Amino acid sequence: MIRLNNIKKSYQTGYNHLEVLKGIDLSIQDGDFVSIMGSSGSGKSTLLNILGILDEYDSGDYYLNDVLIKDLTQTDAARYRNQFIGFVFQSFNLLPFKSAWENVALPLYYQKVDRQLRKEMAIEYLANVGLADWADHLPTQLSGGQQQRVAIARSLITKPKIILADEPTGALDSKTSHEVMELFQKVNQEGITVLIVTHENDIAAMTKRIIRLRDGIIESEGLTASAVASR
Amino acid sequence: MFDRDTWQEILATIQKHKLRTALTALGVFWGIFMLIFVLGMGKGLENSVLRDFGDRAKNVMYVWASRTTQPYKGLQPGRRPRLRLDDIVAIKQNIPEVEYIAPRLSMENIPVYYKDIGDRREIRGELQDMINIEALKLHKGRYINQLDIDESRKVAVLGKRTAEVLFGEEESIGKFVRIGGVEFRVVGIFGPTQVKPWTESDLEAVVIPLPTMYRTYGTGERVDYFVCSSAPNVKVSQIEPKVRALLKQRHKVAPDDPRGIGGFNLQEEFQSIKNVFNGIQAFLWFVGIGTLLAGIVGVSNIMLITVKERTKEIGIRKALGATPSSIVGMVLTESVLITSISGYLGLVVGTLIIGGANYIMVANNIEIDNFYNPQVNLSVGVGAILLLITAGLIAGLIPARQAARVNPVVALKDE
Repeated sequence: MIRLNNIKKSYQTGYNHLEVLKGIDLSIQDGDFVSIMGSSGSGKSTLLNILGILDEYDSGDYYLNDVLIKDLTQTDAARYRNQFIGFVFQSFNLLPFKSAWENVALPLYYQKVDRQLRKEMAIEYLANVGLADWADHLPTQLSGGQQQRVAIARSLITKPKIILADEPTGALDSKTSHEVMELFQKVNQEGITVLIVTHENDIAAMTKRIIRLRDGIIESEGLTASAVASR
Repeated sequence: MFDRDTWQEILATIQKHKLRTALTALGVFWGIFMLIFVLGMGKGLENSVLRDFGDRAKNVMYVWASRTTQPYKGLQPGRRPRLRLDDIVAIKQNIPEVEYIAPRLSMENIPVYYKDIGDRREIRGELQDMINIEALKLHKGRYINQLDIDESRKVAVLGKRTAEVLFGEEESIGKFVRIGGVEFRVVGIFGPTQVKPWTESDLEAVVIPLPTMYRTYGTGERVDYFVCSSAPNVKVSQIEPKVRALLKQRHKVAPDDPRGIGGFNLQEEFQSIKNVFNGIQAFLWFVGIGTLLAGIVGVSNIMLITVKERTKEIGIRKALGATPSSIVGMVLTESVLITSISGYLGLVVGTLIIGGANYIMVANNIEIDNFYNPQVNLSVGVGAILLLITAGLIAGLIPARQAARVNPVVALKDE
């Protein structure tokens, strides 16, 4: 599914040369549920951006679904993001002037899906996250947990290969955090690869595999207790 | 691109910033309004000046006889050729570009009386076509006709002022006036299309059939001058030399004699004035487009701010798979929408004001020197609309490029 060979990435800030990723080798299989942990500055967000084709890397190879993701034009990058990847963000990133279903349907708009079909699909996906009755509400009329579930429905609607979630529970209380994580588990059980970045141990514990980053390299990698138990 | 969502998004942003959008739109509105208004007023000025030329004067020429300066075919210089009615037939036969040709022979200071009221007037002997050529109009009755000419009838068409002097409020048509002691029946009243210092004589003259003049007053069968108009699409300056050459040949005047047969037309004066107005119009376009440009810069500026404010939204869209071109399309559509709607309003208001001014002037019969029939050409309107769309595209170009360059990584960074 995902294969990273010796990925390096550095930023030039003024006169300082800041090496953020110092050679990442990583492979994630289909249907995996991975959490990336690390303190701030460890490079986990940069890694996620590279995986999401939002950012470029300096050297190494990144294969997504056996396609080499390197030096893409913006248009191609947009197409791959739209086809393969679903994003979930810490601050939900819903468009405030669009209703819940319109937010969910937005990725389909960029696939040029007919509006009526978009609406039907969006409402179906909202129902899957338990928000069928909230389809016509604006994001500001929803609670944080509900907004995040709308965002998850949005990330799923294009039937992506992988969901990339950046601190998806960062803005939620622990009860809603668990509900959201349960939703991710359900999504994962349906066969979709899920990768989340988090710094909370109990959240990471709900995934199958934990990768710890430190100073731009992978410090440790291992199955979680629950994954071992379910074997 | 023209999906409901596109519109919905644009309307959402516009609604969020009603005042800002309105102020932006005002710039473009004013630009187009000024363009239309100023061009329309310029047209009014032009129309008034061209009107002073008279309706038909543009393609009218005059030709007359004067003393020759060169000997020719055994004739001495200093002779004055005599233009005659049969020259008309010759001109019509040889120069088909001539549409109308009308002779005139004038007698000055002839007493014209109705009962015992009267004064001395210019009497003109004419055929029926003069009213079709010169800037004259018939107020009442009829002009000279073919039957009057064929039968040398004693009928007269009075200049408007002469009719007023002789008859006052009384009905004049059918009454008899004495012209040089001979009774003529009044058949019509005419006058110049426009009262100007140089058309005063048309108000006072009395017109009678030319053959009647020959017979009644013993003037001899001559003509003072011919007035010719050219056929539509023929420039009168092209036919003037032909007419003069033909008359020189017929009256035995040396072809290279600068005098003998004189001629005059307004074509060149008309053209040079036309050129002046083309220059004025070009200048007005320049000023108008300048104003519009200021409006466009305003739109562009606001769009840049809008793009900046929407950086996050654009980042989200990009993460969800929006291509750079779809982002560019979104910004351009918004820009074109704002400029088109506000510009169209400017176009409508400008046209209404110009049309309204014209309507009020026509309805109330207001005559203003140097201003007449302001108008906006269809071509100006169409040009303005094309200009607007182009303007919208130009205004959106820089902001759109800015939007396409939004880096989703930066845009999506929390806080």
